[in-house]
Amino acid sequence: MEVFWYIIIAIVLAMFFILDGYDFGTGIIHLFFAKKEEDKEVIAKSAGLFWDSNEVWLVAAGGMLFMAFPTFYASVFSGFYLPLIIVLWLIIFRAIGLEFRGQFNYQMWKDIWDKSFGVASLLLALFFGIALGNIVRGVNLGGVENGVSTYEGHYFFLPLWDSTFSPLSKTPGIIDWFTIIIGIISVVTLAIHGANWIILKTNSSINNKLKKIIFKLNIALVILTIFSVIVWLKVNPNALDNFITRPYLILFPIIYLTGLVGLFFIKKLKKESYGFTFSTLLVLGGITSSLASLFPVILPSINNVNESLTIYNTSASEYGLSVALNWGIIGFILLFVYMIIQKRLMGGKIDKMDYGH
Amino acid sequence: MEDMIFYDRLQFAFTITFHYIFPQLTMGLSLLIVYFKWKYLRNNIEKYNNAAKFFMKIFAINFTMGVVTGIPMEFQFGTNWAKFSELTGGIIGQTLAMEGMFSFFLESSFLALFIFGEKLMGQKLHFLTGFLVFLGSWASGWFILATNAWMQHPVGYEILDNGKFVLQNFSALFTNPWLLPAFLHNQLASVVTSSFVVASIGAFYILRNKQTQYGQLFLKTGVVFGLVSSILLAFPTGDWNAKNVAKYQPASFAAMEGIFETEEAGAEIVLIGQPNMVEKKLDNKIAVPNVLSFLTHQEWDKQIPGMDQFKEEELPDNIPALYYSYHIMVGLGTIFIGVMALALFLLWRKKLYTSKSLLWVIMFLVPFPYIANITGWYVAELGRQPYLVYGLLRTSDGISPTVSSGNTLFTLLGFVALYMLLGLLFLVLVGKTINQGPKPQTH
Repeated sequence: MEVFWYIIIAIVLAMFFILDGYDFGTGIIHLFFAKKEEDKEVIAKSAGLFWDSNEVWLVAAGGMLFMAFPTFYASVFSGFYLPLIIVLWLIIFRAIGLEFRGQFNYQMWKDIWDKSFGVASLLLALFFGIALGNIVRGVNLGGVENGVSTYEGHYFFLPLWDSTFSPLSKTPGIIDWFTIIIGIISVVTLAIHGANWIILKTNSSINNKLKKIIFKLNIALVILTIFSVIVWLKVNPNALDNFITRPYLILFPIIYLTGLVGLFFIKKLKKESYGFTFSTLLVLGGITSSLASLFPVILPSINNVNESLTIYNTSASEYGLSVALNWGIIGFILLFVYMIIQKRLMGGKIDKMDYGH
Repeated sequence: MEDMIFYDRLQFAFTITFHYIFPQLTMGLSLLIVYFKWKYLRNNIEKYNNAAKFFMKIFAINFTMGVVTGIPMEFQFGTNWAKFSELTGGIIGQTLAMEGMFSFFLESSFLALFIFGEKLMGQKLHFLTGFLVFLGSWASGWFILATNAWMQHPVGYEILDNGKFVLQNFSALFTNPWLLPAFLHNQLASVVTSSFVVASIGAFYILRNKQTQYGQLFLKTGVVFGLVSSILLAFPTGDWNAKNVAKYQPASFAAMEGIFETEEAGAEIVLIGQPNMVEKKLDNKIAVPNVLSFLTHQEWDKQIPGMDQFKEEELPDNIPALYYSYHIMVGLGTIFIGVMALALFLLWRKKLYTSKSLLWVIMFLVPFPYIANITGWYVAELGRQPYLVYGLLRTSDGISPTVSSGNTLFTLLGFVALYMLLGLLFLVLVGKTINQGPKPQTH
């Protein structure tokens, strides 16, 4: 039952990064590549129409995590206190950027909210990547100093950074040179994803240029991916053991690689939706591979005193999990129906669609 | 430790107060939107359809604000109240996850369809999307109230040796005797807020002598919905809730009513007075003898335990704030009934649209239902103190063990600054929408 809920939550979380991920990516592209006002407007619109229904996936993931793995929820949310609250603020900035830019027709007004949307999106992509890096690297559970825990073994608190900026430190911070690399990978991946979304949903004048940009970013991503795996193995020599002991998990890196290879053909793809499909595979593969490398651990401990958090030692009761399964199935069926309805009515290019309240 | 608890509570109180400005409007407003859309389906008069679409714009702005200020609420359970989350997550995680699953997805999907899809869907389907938005937002209220009801009056649980609450009976969460009265009271209060907003916009249009046909429609609708919901708010739902507090949280009941000393035969009802915590009495008191006993138990001389009957550590830790919140809520509720009854009377005599002074009053009354709603929640939350889970888990035992008070103060200051900006932008945007009005613009 724990495994089942773990998979469900992983799917919901991946859905959040796929869906809201393209909004972040759209923001990054908007920040760096949109120059003409028509492009800026339509690109902002391609995120603005959808961000709030995409963000609901984050709320759903949070709620399910709370229900199924309360100890993990409590530990991670309090341990990553500062970055999480900063992420909340960035989410607010992004939202107001998108919602307010079109309200008044002054260039300065639009510029302010464009920057708010773009910078917040960039930082969100970076922070979510750093968060993933932290989960993969592990934390000093129990706040161990000189072999003694300062808190209960499943709690921790991370400062934003440790003076060494090293993942090999005994008390690493949120930001170190390993998590930064993962953060940059996240930014590049989501920028590619966002660019594909813009190509899919709009007729902006930079669509052709974006294909070239995707190609270049993809080269960067290949280099970064190889580099990060090398670094990762240096930080944790056993990082890839899970894929050897459980060979079926290799499926997830394959998903990632499929996306990566597919995107090199971006200029020749017959349909615009193929490009978006490949970058979706990229996001999906990236997240699931990271999670799979840890399974069944969900937060590794970097000391020898306290055990890592796993899906078994942080879960709610068996009864609670199985009751939730009943309503969960109904909920997902309903959700599937809404998505089909929404897709049918809001598919296609959005240039002509009326936007702005 | 003490300042840690203080900052955690202050941050939660601040963020939830700001957050609840928005859902309290959207829940009630969705009902009025469904009403306008339904009228349009019945009589095919264009202005009802325009009214529905106009209020859906206001709804959408509030919904956006509700989403961005709501995510911090969910996160704070983990960030600031980690111990509470760890111990009770197996139970309240159920209702919170169900809220995400059954109401947010519904609400956000169909809101987008309502706003963008009228031409594509035709009128009947458009009505249906509006109805589903209403259903989603009320379901959200239901699950949040179910969560809160469990904290006020825990049911269906078992406590393990390590202090964890484990779910024993899922359906008990929804048959909790605290839930239904609290839910109805809360939803009616939300209808009051939205009716007053609708009436206030109507009064504004009439006084400005612009778009007056909409002004009259909004005023009339707002007054009728406002009066009915204000009355139902006091009786039976308000009464029902007060009886629940008297039954399940007698210490809180004594504190909110301001009864310091137990009277032998029958408790008085306090109308006005200031709690004096040093001498343990009310200053400048105006009270009516025996009425509280009658209202609570339908017996004039039934004894009601005062605060002197409870130990210090069982009493709420901020008695004056609880007492004032309760009396402000009840006082405002009474005024609402009075104003709306007068307005309805004038509407019946066909004088309402020309009664300038009453229109001004209705227009400026709009902040007060918000205040009443929020003080109502303060009554519930301050009354539950010093517990998070009534009688079982103390507030001081629920905070995050690893987050320092300096960090919480930092994030609290950040939230204050950001929410001020957000509030300002919200007012500008709503003001602009109201100023444009519901009249369809010619492109």
